Amino acid sequence: MRTTITVNGEARALDVDPRTTLLDALRETLGLTGSKKGCDHGQCGACTVLLNGVRINSCLSLAVMHDGDAVTTIEGVGGVEKLHPLQTAFLTEDAFQCGYCTPGQICSALGMLSEVAENWPSQETADLTGKIALTDDELRERMSGNICRCSAYPQIVAAIKSYAGEPA
Amino acid sequence: MRAFTYERAESAHGAVKAASETPNAKFIAGGTNLLDLMKLEIEAPAHLIDVGRLPLAQIEDTADGGLRIGSMTTNSHVAADARVRSRYPVLTQAIVAGGSGQLRNKATTGGNLLQRTRCAYFYDTAKPCNKRVPGSGCGALEGLNRNSAIFGTSHACIATHASDMAVALAALGAGVETLSPSGEARTFPILELHRLPGETPHIETHLIPGELITAIVLPPPPKGGQVYRKVRDRASYAAGLVSVAVAGGNIALGAVAHKPWRAVDAEAALASGASPAEAIAAELNQARENGDNAFKINLVRRLVPAAIDQANGRGA
Repeated sequence: MRTTITVNGEARALDVDPRTTLLDALRETLGLTGSKKGCDHGQCGACTVLLNGVRINSCLSLAVMHDGDAVTTIEGVGGVEKLHPLQTAFLTEDAFQCGYCTPGQICSALGMLSEVAENWPSQETADLTGKIALTDDELRERMSGNICRCSAYPQIVAAIKSYAGEPA
Repeated sequence: MRAFTYERAESAHGAVKAASETPNAKFIAGGTNLLDLMKLEIEAPAHLIDVGRLPLAQIEDTADGGLRIGSMTTNSHVAADARVRSRYPVLTQAIVAGGSGQLRNKATTGGNLLQRTRCAYFYDTAKPCNKRVPGSGCGALEGLNRNSAIFGTSHACIATHASDMAVALAALGAGVETLSPSGEARTFPILELHRLPGETPHIETHLIPGELITAIVLPPPPKGGQVYRKVRDRASYAAGLVSVAVAGGNIALGAVAHKPWRAVDAEAALASGASPAEAIAAELNQARENGDNAFKINLVRRLVPAAIDQANGRGA
């Protein structure tokens, strides 16, 4: 089935079986293996990408559902030639061990920070009508869809805070 | 995943027509629950009708001071809506207590209501489950049933409904707007959407085949405080063991029944002057446990009065 998705700023024409998830289309069809397949059921967050700027689990969506959409993967965020400042913060803060969850953590964190900028609430938000401050509790709650089995959570929190402009 | 054909609906009327004319068709919107189940071949539709881009993603004020929430709104957008946050905080609290940020960004209001149970026997295709394979038996009855229901169960099924959002909607007395395959729109109370399991736990709602949820209609907020409380095994991104939504004098419980459970006996007791503890005791007269889930009765007994007090500004 034909579908066209703008991936990292470039329109990509695909011809895929309707069963193909967005994650498999990115990895297997387009060769963008930065997005990772962990659980393949939306529980681990390793497949997180930005869909029209909003973070989603790419394993729980079909490629054919995204005709005309814009997807940003970790390859579009930054790479060896030009690291995104959040990637640099992950390096500086030692925010990973094996690195498998890292692309999802970074895409999720970028989406999460946009949600905070738009003042979206979380279950840690006591005052639903006030301005949200990115406390550690808020940050951890908002990142709970991304699992790190090496348990680098303290460093991940530090890296995101460092990038977001707060002292770690 | 079993093979299927796919189409994108151009209109709500086109969607319900296609659904009624195509054997074994299903609507897909966010897909976060359906695709999970399709990968496990618990769901195996022959045809998917993508309704995700239908123009049903608005949140509008209604003439009577309520809100009409289109069924294709994402959970995140509903939770973040300024009108929902200020007038229906219990709804925002319930939504952000469910799933993860990524899931809430994709999951829709309509899909959230129609998500399937998380009962382990429903998910394990090697085990009996009357909901997955009618007539195969219920593995949970005498099995691992820590997460099972305590209200409205049957000998065929003790599964729970997994939605947090629906519990708040039940407490708020929301209406469900639908479009039937014949093109007729109807609105009915959310408490009439989901069924108790009875002898047919595989039939989970009163929707007719091909009927599409188009909106949720909130009446004006009830007088009195609102709060959503959820108890679970870990602090975030976990299904509830017991949850409760309080909205004025209305009380709904989550994770304790096959549907959002409106605690009408407790409400009646409260209205006639009973204490919160006496009120929930009246509701628990009809609770039944199956072994591992017995703790839920005590959890309800302790959680609900605390939530009522919190909603009324009497401590947390």
